[in-house]
Amino acid sequence: MAKIDLLFYLGTFLFCSGLLIVFTKKNAIMVLLGIELMLNAANLNLVLFNSQKTGLDGQLFALFVIIVAVCEAAVGIAIILKTYHYYHTSVPDQISELKEKP
Amino acid sequence: MTLEDIILYLFMGSSVAAVLVMILNRNIFYAALGLLVCLISLSGIFALLQAEFLAVTQLLIYAGGVLILIIFGIMLTNRISGKSLQTDSHNVFIGIVFSAGFFGVISFSFYNTELSPVENNLNIVNHMGTVGTELMSTYAAPFEVSGILLLVCLIGAALTASSFKKNLNG
Repeated sequence: MAKIDLLFYLGTFLFCSGLLIVFTKKNAIMVLLGIELMLNAANLNLVLFNSQKTGLDGQLFALFVIIVAVCEAAVGIAIILKTYHYYHTSVPDQISELKEKP
Repeated sequence: MTLEDIILYLFMGSSVAAVLVMILNRNIFYAALGLLVCLISLSGIFALLQAEFLAVTQLLIYAGGVLILIIFGIMLTNRISGKSLQTDSHNVFIGIVFSAGFFGVISFSFYNTELSPVENNLNIVNHMGTVGTELMSTYAAPFEVSGILLLVCLIGAALTASSFKKNLNG
């Protein structure tokens, strides 16, 4: 099997693992980790196919994906921290009310 | 098999192993460390695919910044002394079905695809300089917009995580 095929299957495997983590884990931080993994798998694909042709479009697109992923992680962690302060849990299943019980 | 191939296969194996640790281990902290190993391996793969700038960025931003942030989040939202660093799983069956099905569909469609022949990418000698020039000329508008996005994100995250609520109301 050629190198590009193996790398493509690696990217697909990483994406599906991220999907599995997002589906199955209960903690909100684990969901965030799964999303980061999926974004990185997409980056791997972009860089891989960019290396097959001239030009740098794929690499620059991956750069912007990294920027957006950083923003998403920062805001996500902030929201999780705030939610933990309020509800004393970071498991989304246990948060079923918008407001605290009176 | 050249040395470059051996290093590439090592990086691929370590990233797969780290992802398996993330999936199978129930400890959140170990999962974060697994993601760290996976990101460092991906950075090595980027470097081998002639994307040096992206490899360095990956190391600096992900391994240095995002993972530290996430580990801080884990430390602040879980009681370390108790057993609540563990996380449970749910929807295991449907998750495995969905992700394995997705893997099967994508792999099948890639297997049946005829790739266009490889163009010669070696005529660009100075990758790092070319990335900088492209970023400042062709991609100037997205570059500026991403700067604004980072600023908005910084202010939003700081305001969300801080406890200024009473002061803002009064």
